[in-house]
Amino acid sequence: MKAVCFEGPTKVGVHDVPDPQILNDRDAIVRVTSTAICGSDLHLYDGYVPMVEPGDIFGHEFMGEVVELGPAVTNLRVGDRVVVPFPIACGGCRSCERGLWSLCENSNPNAGLAEKLMGHSPAGLFGYSHLLGGYPGGQAEYVRVPFADVGPMRIDDDLTDEQVLFLTDVFPTGYMAAEMCGIEPGDVVAVWGAGPVGQFAAASARLLGASEVIVVDRVPERLAMAEEKAGATTVNFEETNVLLELRELTAGRGPDHCIEAVGMEAHGDFTAVHAYDKAKQLMKLQTERPQAIREAILACGNGGTVSMVGVYGGMVDKFPLGSVMNRSLTIRTGQTHVHRYLRPLLEHIRNGDIDPTYIISHRMPLTEAPEAYDMFKHKNDECTKVVLTP
Amino acid sequence: MGVDDDPRSTLVVRAVGARELLHAVTLLGGPTGAVWTRVGGDALDLALLASAARSRSGTRRTRVLTALGVVGGITAVDLYAAARTRRMQHGRGRPGPLELQASVTVNRSPEDVYAFWRSLENLPRFMLHLQTVEDLGGGRSRWRANAPLRRRSVGWEAEITSEEPGRRLAWKSLPGADVDNAGTVHFGPTPDGRGTEVKVVLHYDVPGGRVGRAVARLLGENPVQQVRDDLRRFKQVMETGDVVRTEALPEGTDARHQVLQRPGRALKGGVR
Ligand SMILES: NC(=O)c1ccc[n+]([C@@H]2O[C@H](COP(=O)([O-])OP(=O)(O)OC[C@H]3O[C@@H](n4cnc5c(N)ncnc54)[C@H](O)[C@@H]3O)[C@@H](O)[C@H]2O)c1
Ligand SMILES: [Zn+2]
Ligand SMILES: [Zn+2]
Repeated sequence: MKAVCFEGPTKVGVHDVPDPQILNDRDAIVRVTSTAICGSDLHLYDGYVPMVEPGDIFGHEFMGEVVELGPAVTNLRVGDRVVVPFPIACGGCRSCERGLWSLCENSNPNAGLAEKLMGHSPAGLFGYSHLLGGYPGGQAEYVRVPFADVGPMRIDDDLTDEQVLFLTDVFPTGYMAAEMCGIEPGDVVAVWGAGPVGQFAAASARLLGASEVIVVDRVPERLAMAEEKAGATTVNFEETNVLLELRELTAGRGPDHCIEAVGMEAHGDFTAVHAYDKAKQLMKLQTERPQAIREAILACGNGGTVSMVGVYGGMVDKFPLGSVMNRSLTIRTGQTHVHRYLRPLLEHIRNGDIDPTYIISHRMPLTEAPEAYDMFKHKNDECTKVVLTP
Repeated sequence: MGVDDDPRSTLVVRAVGARELLHAVTLLGGPTGAVWTRVGGDALDLALLASAARSRSGTRRTRVLTALGVVGGITAVDLYAAARTRRMQHGRGRPGPLELQASVTVNRSPEDVYAFWRSLENLPRFMLHLQTVEDLGGGRSRWRANAPLRRRSVGWEAEITSEEPGRRLAWKSLPGADVDNAGTVHFGPTPDGRGTEVKVVLHYDVPGGRVGRAVARLLGENPVQQVRDDLRRFKQVMETGDVVRTEALPEGTDARHQVLQRPGRALKGGVR
């Protein structure tokens, strides 16, 4: 089959690889009908996530048709159309029982390695490094889905792939980002990053009752989208001093909640600090470029929430811990517990509360993945989200 | 340091950085023998710098050569540290008693967890080095383990020395075993009463000579990590019904194969 494989930093190729097979009785094989490229994939693509090997298949946002089932999967049938959450979760451990699906205690066979870097191990994820399981991803014609009796959700035929594809990751991620803020009427929520995650965070903040939403980015069409779809006030970080601007917009208080939807490859203001971060990141002396999370912390109003869904991989430097401590900020974060949100968010889509297809800018065949990655990375051609069809 | 930033040099510098991060992690959390990986790294640095010096001239070359001198000095220090750690080490890979401990929390009742373990034939499902355990009745059992040397397997008989259902199980090998060994597993409820804390203590009396070397090889570079991995697989079997397999690790969690993994894609001709 064809699959999008990592070749080296900023290089992916579409390779012919062997078809996946059932390895565990609770596996399913899914024929992928639609798959998307995520901002998280860019961190892998750029070579900033530890333990990504040449030949690894990328992709954690995918859906398709069940073509084969292990003998222990009784709730699905061959031919079912399913969306698949990006974290792999067993459903039987304590974390899964508590709804902390991205912390499943059994799905990362490389937990021992992850423990060395992070203290304890999170769940395995599709196509997201050997540190998080070494599972082949879904930017391929076929994919093996472990614990298929727990993760995949069946989709009725009246909804299109594009309407439900983002239930696999970015819609729940934006939603969880807003939910973690504990928004109350009257609250002002600021969002860093107007990529797909930031868009859904802004829209979800509205759904959850925020009175005002502010979105920070530098890409004009993305800012325009946030304005149009989430009624956001926008701030272009290349044109203005974000901290001052947010102070002005909130009459000195700062936003009640700050959502960081940028992650480890933030662009900075090209000051010495940014150069320092970039140099340290390239030398692998720190794994992150934490510009946006620093700013979100400093901007947040006293006693507020900083909800961080941008992905980080390891160690960070020059972190404003004193600001967090002295101003009683709450930091909430995590890989999304997607399983939790599948059904409620499907309801929102059915009810017409939101139509997630608006983030799609490009539809391309899987074979054009190398061009798609390059375009999405550089935000060329007004690219906000690419959907690939195998 | 005199090396320019053409794409190849940049790649090399990045790789070296990654390696240093790995050193930090293994030195902080890993076995003491990891100091030797630094010496290996130094050798690599020296070789890289030497090749860089060969292809450069003028002040560039002088600067690379200076760097070479500095790294040479560091290598000497690392060598000294590695040699010292080696001398300070006892036990592992040497004849004598060896005690290993590890623990895990399982989301099942102590009764269930105990019952699974007490059916000793289940042990090879999660203990990677065991081939079979046969229950001979009357508290006796016959164990067979892989030995990496000349396909020779190691076998012994054992007897259960104490058992308290849902709480404790202990066994010890009978006279005549290649390696005298004993084990105890404690089962206790978690503080919230919803699961079981499993604590394993294993004792080996590692003999000298050929058998001793085979056993040391069997226990691996990091025996505690192996026991932990066994317990991780035990948890997987108890909570999910099977060992979790991936294309990169078809046998499931296994410390020996974690560092150098196959790419995350299916294998030609399958794995089962
Ligand atoms: N927590 C999770 O489970 C989860 C799930 C999916 C994605 N993510 C992460 O969310 C982040 C965003 O994903 P995406 O798909 O939207 O990616 P994206 O690359 O499309 O969007 C990132 C946006 O951030 C903007 N940006 C860069 N620097 C900035 C700065 N200093 N201030 C404000 N904006 C800045 C970029 O211009 C871009 O528009 C990534 O880190 C991704 O890994 C996390
Ligand atoms: Zn994603
Ligand atoms: Zn689980």
